[in-house]
Amino acid sequence: MNNRDVTKSRPGAPVPSGGQGETPMIGAMSNDPPEPPARTLGEAEGAASRRRADLIFRWLATGSGIAVVLSIALIGIFLLIQSVPSLAANKASFLFSAEFLTTDPANLRFGIRDLLAVTVLSSAFALLLAMPVALGIALFLTHYAPAGLRRPLAYVIDVLAAVPSIVYGLWGFLVLGPALVPFAEWLNQSLSWFPLFATGNVSIAGGGTIFTAGIVLAIMILPIITALTRDAFRQTPARHIEGALALGATRWEMIRTTVLPFGRSAYVGASMLGLGRALGETVAVLIILRTSASASGFSLFDGGYTFASKIASAASEFSQPLPTGAYIAAGLVLFVLTFVVNAIGRAIAGEKVRG
Amino acid sequence: MAKRIDIKDVDIYYGKFHAVEGVTVSVPPKNVTAFIGPSGCGKSTVLRTLNRMHEVIPGARVEGQVLLDGEDIYGTNVDPVQVRRTIGMVFQQPNPFPTMSIRDNVVAGLKLAGTRDKKKLDEVAERALRGANLWTEVKDRLNKPGSGLSGGQQQRLCIARAIAVQPDVLLMDEPCSALDPISTLAIEDLIGQLKQDYTIVIVTHNMQQAARVSDQTAFFNLAGVGQPGRLIECNDTEKIFSNPEEKATEDYISGRFG
Ligand SMILES: Nc1ncnc2c1ncn2[C@@H]1O[C@H](COP(=O)(O)OP(=O)(O)OP(=O)(O)O)[C@@H](O)[C@H]1O
Ligand SMILES: [Mg+2]
Repeated sequence: MNNRDVTKSRPGAPVPSGGQGETPMIGAMSNDPPEPPARTLGEAEGAASRRRADLIFRWLATGSGIAVVLSIALIGIFLLIQSVPSLAANKASFLFSAEFLTTDPANLRFGIRDLLAVTVLSSAFALLLAMPVALGIALFLTHYAPAGLRRPLAYVIDVLAAVPSIVYGLWGFLVLGPALVPFAEWLNQSLSWFPLFATGNVSIAGGGTIFTAGIVLAIMILPIITALTRDAFRQTPARHIEGALALGATRWEMIRTTVLPFGRSAYVGASMLGLGRALGETVAVLIILRTSASASGFSLFDGGYTFASKIASAASEFSQPLPTGAYIAAGLVLFVLTFVVNAIGRAIAGEKVRG
Repeated sequence: MAKRIDIKDVDIYYGKFHAVEGVTVSVPPKNVTAFIGPSGCGKSTVLRTLNRMHEVIPGARVEGQVLLDGEDIYGTNVDPVQVRRTIGMVFQQPNPFPTMSIRDNVVAGLKLAGTRDKKKLDEVAERALRGANLWTEVKDRLNKPGSGLSGGQQQRLCIARAIAVQPDVLLMDEPCSALDPISTLAIEDLIGQLKQDYTIVIVTHNMQQAARVSDQTAFFNLAGVGQPGRLIECNDTEKIFSNPEEKATEDYISGRFG
């Protein structure tokens, strides 16, 4: 009997809503003689509150997910609505014209040919430079650097990520650009038959070329690619590493058979995130690139504007809707471009290691 | 080509921690030696010094000699990579390379050693898989990933991978501890067959397993917490399990161990 009382009062205790203490419990005891119902009631109560917490969390998570998707969609719709009138009023080919004349709202002539060319060229060049370097640094940090050197080196790389774009821009413009001139001139002279190294529409001696901007962008996206890749490499299961070594693999062979396959998708995904960042970089590119009256020849020694730097450079003139819409249309293209690159990156990064 | 191993007065350290002290054991060729002893007494540590896997851990080092047919594998001119090619190892957790097919897993060691001839590789893959009693189970899916096999099959795949390079010695660290009784029996049978060609050293927590598969048994123990592990006794398995010389061995085997 005593025993039963104890089991009964335990689930019963948290149930009462008021602070009346023992009285309702005694009442409950005399009202519900069968023990099991009281017990299930107590459990159901606990389960219900747990389920409630679960439910709240699920709604919270779903809600924030929807909010993110919604805001992205709203941004896209905003860009689209704002740009349609200007696109309708455009007298040049939006996709194929190199002009971007918006001073006279009655005679809008704008196209994204050069913006797209400069954006893609500088970002792709940056990615081409950054990817192998990031891979090398990530491997060095995880498998080659002496233990005492790993932390400080990783720290330096992380600090690179924290440097503001404007500082990179100034450095590229004042220091790196001039320093690169001899090398750029040599490339241009010896390889000018190759379109990317042909003489462009700005002076190489000035340093304000896609070549310089691409190198600065490469340095800017290096930390994120390195950090994500390093984290993936570090998580290679020790048993696979030991399995390879025990088979008589050298360190490099071990890396090739275990670390690289394990981290490959993270590396590609990280690179795509880096590319996304390079595509959208504004201030550094705006400072570095010289502009030119003539159209882009798809050379690394061209100058000009990227989507982002073009829009930023004109931001002070966004007073009339039609010219503003022209820039918004350009922004829409950048938005879609970044979106596609990120989607590709995610798809690759999310791809499971085979098996 | 089975070879003998002589461990001579070996001391093993993890940084400053002295893990194993003064171990001297001889492992004859074509013979199964079992390492038994309580957890933490250094069985795995000793095993990993036999193919120079110990030094993979930062700060870890070994003093003393390990002779493979008389040649010190810790000699100044010896390349650890070469040592590991002649002394194979099977781990507690099956660890096939997840990105490789079953066939590629088996021939991974040969590829590392530079064999490229596809026909030769196929031959070796079949021979090793037959040797590991896995051929009939996987012959129709050699190009599927190795990680798609059951745990016991994966472990036999790892054994196939280790014997594909025809090592002089095969080291096994609790190869059955993650497996069910049937897979365990399959692997014990396999060990019985493999000892016709290989020198085998196996670490096990399972007394019956040690008694079943091994010819000689080495019992390791700890003098106390924080003390290095030592070899207490090494003798014919039959003798160890029936009439050990040391009281500690008898206590451990009969389960009277604290
Ligand atoms: N990577 C390591 N770093 C530092 N100490 C280690 C390391 N691995 C093992 N040790 C220590 O060395 C001693 C021996 O460990 P070892 O793994 O050889 O024991 P074991 O006999 O194999 O035990 P078990 O039966 O549990 O596998 C233990 O005290 C352990 O804590
Ligand atoms: Mg162990």
